Amino acid sequence: MEFETVIGLEVHVELNTDTKIFCGCKTSFGNPPNTHVCPVCTGQPGSLPVLNERAVNMAVKAALALHCQINQDCKFDRKNYFYPDLPKGYQISQYDQPIGEHGYLEIDHNGERKRIGIARLHLEEDAGKSQHAADGSHTLVDYNRTGVPLMEIVSEPDIRTPEEARLYLEGIREIMQYCDVSDCRMEEGSLRCDANISLRPVGQQEFGQKTELKNINSFRFVQRGLEYEEQRQREVLAAGGTVRQETRRFDELSQTTLSMRSKEEAHDYRYFPEPDLVRLHIDDAWLAQIRATVPELPMEKRDRYIRQYQLPAYDAGVLTSDLAIGEYFEATVAAGAEPKAASNWVMGDLLGYLNGRGEVLADSRVTPGQLADLIAMIAEGTLSIKQAKDVFKIMCETGRDAKTVVQEEGMEQISDMAALVPLVDEVLAKNSKSVQDFLSGKEKALGALIGQVMKATKGQANPGVVNQILRDRLSALRVEE
Amino acid sequence: MKEFPTIKQMLTSMAAGETQPSDWTRQSLTNIQKIDGKIGAFLRVNEEQALIHARQLDEMAVRWRKNLVSPSDSTRDLFGIPYALKDNMCTKGVGTTAASRILENYIPPYSATVAEKLTQANGVMVGKTNLDEFAMGSSTENSAFQKTHNPHHLNRVPGGSSGGSAAAVAAGMVPFALGSDTGGSIRQPAAFCGVIGVKPTYGRVSRFGLIAFASSLDQIGPIARTVEDVALVLRQISGHDPLDSTSAPASTEDFTRSLTGEVKELRIGVVRDMNAEGVNDQVKAAIDKAISVLSDAGAQVVEVTLPHSAYAVASYYLVAPAEASSNLARYDGVRYGRRVEGETLLEMYEKTRSEGFGLEVKRRIIIGTYALSSGYYDAYYKRAQQMRTLIRQDFDDAFQKCDVIAMPTAPSPAFAFGEKSADPLQMYLEDIFTIPANLAGLPGISLPCGVSDEGLPIGLQLLGKAFDESTVLRAAYGYEQLRGFVMPFPHGLEG
Repeated sequence: MEFETVIGLEVHVELNTDTKIFCGCKTSFGNPPNTHVCPVCTGQPGSLPVLNERAVNMAVKAALALHCQINQDCKFDRKNYFYPDLPKGYQISQYDQPIGEHGYLEIDHNGERKRIGIARLHLEEDAGKSQHAADGSHTLVDYNRTGVPLMEIVSEPDIRTPEEARLYLEGIREIMQYCDVSDCRMEEGSLRCDANISLRPVGQQEFGQKTELKNINSFRFVQRGLEYEEQRQREVLAAGGTVRQETRRFDELSQTTLSMRSKEEAHDYRYFPEPDLVRLHIDDAWLAQIRATVPELPMEKRDRYIRQYQLPAYDAGVLTSDLAIGEYFEATVAAGAEPKAASNWVMGDLLGYLNGRGEVLADSRVTPGQLADLIAMIAEGTLSIKQAKDVFKIMCETGRDAKTVVQEEGMEQISDMAALVPLVDEVLAKNSKSVQDFLSGKEKALGALIGQVMKATKGQANPGVVNQILRDRLSALRVEE
Repeated sequence: MKEFPTIKQMLTSMAAGETQPSDWTRQSLTNIQKIDGKIGAFLRVNEEQALIHARQLDEMAVRWRKNLVSPSDSTRDLFGIPYALKDNMCTKGVGTTAASRILENYIPPYSATVAEKLTQANGVMVGKTNLDEFAMGSSTENSAFQKTHNPHHLNRVPGGSSGGSAAAVAAGMVPFALGSDTGGSIRQPAAFCGVIGVKPTYGRVSRFGLIAFASSLDQIGPIARTVEDVALVLRQISGHDPLDSTSAPASTEDFTRSLTGEVKELRIGVVRDMNAEGVNDQVKAAIDKAISVLSDAGAQVVEVTLPHSAYAVASYYLVAPAEASSNLARYDGVRYGRRVEGETLLEMYEKTRSEGFGLEVKRRIIIGTYALSSGYYDAYYKRAQQMRTLIRQDFDDAFQKCDVIAMPTAPSPAFAFGEKSADPLQMYLEDIFTIPANLAGLPGISLPCGVSDEGLPIGLQLLGKAFDESTVLRAAYGYEQLRGFVMPFPHGLEG
């Protein structure tokens, strides 16, 4: 029997506000335990939450970027459960009125564009972190993360392959970074992902029994874990078995998924409206203000690069994968560079140099204007591509502009006929064998002669001009014969 | 033992240099020492700190007298006046228990906004008063620590849950105290103890630092012996608080301005269909007399109806426990308060909460958890909230016809210890007249309007429109001037 895979993702994204969602404590990561806490985020008796307006701005911005409808009048609810890292015994979240719903995200897969529905996006507070002693004797709790603003983004079950799931997750990260609402670092937990996966016979409408995959902490593992789980379920079903509804986790070591708990232990969270907060009303003016801050989205930008700059899809994809790269590329073009040349330099030499040093674009000492000048020098014939690459390396190291480097290092190309003709004649005089070979029809001999001229000029001669002079001289010799 | 004069009289005396702040604080501490052994109003007396604070104010008083800026300067209104706080209001560095074992050794790292405001007004906090555990109760019998006795009759309860605050004021241990009112917890003990208690409009006074019982109903208010005094204190504690999202944007008002003594043209609503069967005859007679006193002075008496108030108690006992079940989840032994160790996390939770909470608190947590459970939410919590809307509409309609509504505060005068504590339902019905105002978020006051044959105070309750405390206070003050009797001071407490 042929099976179809159905996947839905639940993604948690930490917002990069300066302060927590319901108090004034800092949200910064990696501080000593329990140093960014106060009566509110540790749930002291009598303390009350006050909603951080910036968290609302960011959530709405993200929801708009995911094409969600905004619920301009919504509320917060309490999700009740006991756990030591949850200081109040409830999490303030949004239950039946999320801040955004009915959105979508597009992915490009195998040359086709696919729309993945977003069921809802809501705002909530993060919990603390528990650290269990290895011998099980005790647990320590760090409340620094408690109250960090969190968005939960729930997809529709529109994803059909593990690869699509990874592309969707990368799409979420890209959009969040474009909107500057989160750094989405999976390893720091600022982006977390749970996945629901089920299989059904092709053509069947109702969903099969699903399992939930938790604890996936890299983009690669999302795909790997789902691939394993897809295969596991397929084998269970093919053998006539039934898939058990359960929560499983991805085990990095064995690259498999392991059962964590069955769904029968499911909680009743006893949601009810949070009485300590008033309803959240986002009026039209406020919404318009946020809408104005939503940037051009990665997919739109990709399409524009292909259209406006005639770039290949691959180039457009790389250049728009990061907001800063796209900005750098466009600034280089704006400074006069030919788009494809600019794309090659940015994708190749610039990112290559930075990656090799573990640096990011913000660390680059070469400005887009300087890169555009360098590209112009190639177009003018002042530098060969090979020379330009050497010049660029020095630019990267020193931050000096191309002209200065070329002058100081004496690297400009020699294109002046008057300077080159005597050099060519000298080479012809010294290499009569090659001359004879050429005259007797061996075209290859020309290359050797050019090489000799280049060698004599330490590579600075303009090969095109040298070629031209050589041909002129050699055809003159042929006539003489 | 010396009785306290009114706040105004104390201020005048200090301004004239006849007395100084430490005199009043010392008087309060002496009275507590003399009689609280019999009353049991205080869980903690802050003797040392109160005296240090009062002496600092003594020095300020010298400067203050020389430079009397404005008689209504808010830093002067409670200058040097001793007061007590119900022990569910957090005080930084001073133990705050909510009368629960689970918070027995809890010392808050911060102060409630009301405590901050009273400190800014230069009042002197002398101690923390007893209450029903987590303010759940109508007799203060649910305190995990001690009984509080009604100063007018030591075998009777002081009412609750702010029984300690009401008894402390009634017995002359402090000129005023703060209480909190979720279903009548300021007004009913005020009535039982023969003092005046105000439950302000929901949102009028910040709840920041008030240990939550039911967040959508809780409200802090003053208890004192004259209407003028409660008005002065209310002015100090009300106003918007950026730390409490549910506190109203309305700024505070000088409520003493409405104390004109004038009741002419005032329209007093009397509820026709309010459950009257359970009301004690002497209470009924006292309320009728109070209304006729007002009407004789020119107030207009109009009949109003509150058809849905019959469902108020039932709705309240779903909404309040539901919120409480969630509000009290934080007492888990992990971060503060009592912890009883266990083999597993679950066992630690269970032991801590079993030993830490009293019977009534557990009962309400169970009711509330049930009311919020999946499958029951719509039938219980949601319907109770819908009923709140109807009750609020009833009041809106009634206030089209009148300015204040008059009714008893409680169906009977103070009852005996143990009389109702065995039957929770009977105890819950104690709040039948006070609960509707909480459900609707309206302001109300209770003030003495008579004394029963046994010498027990009877309370008249006046309710007003949202944020119209001024009219409520005006009516109460008018009545206080007219009523022609003085609430007798409790006798025989000394020695």
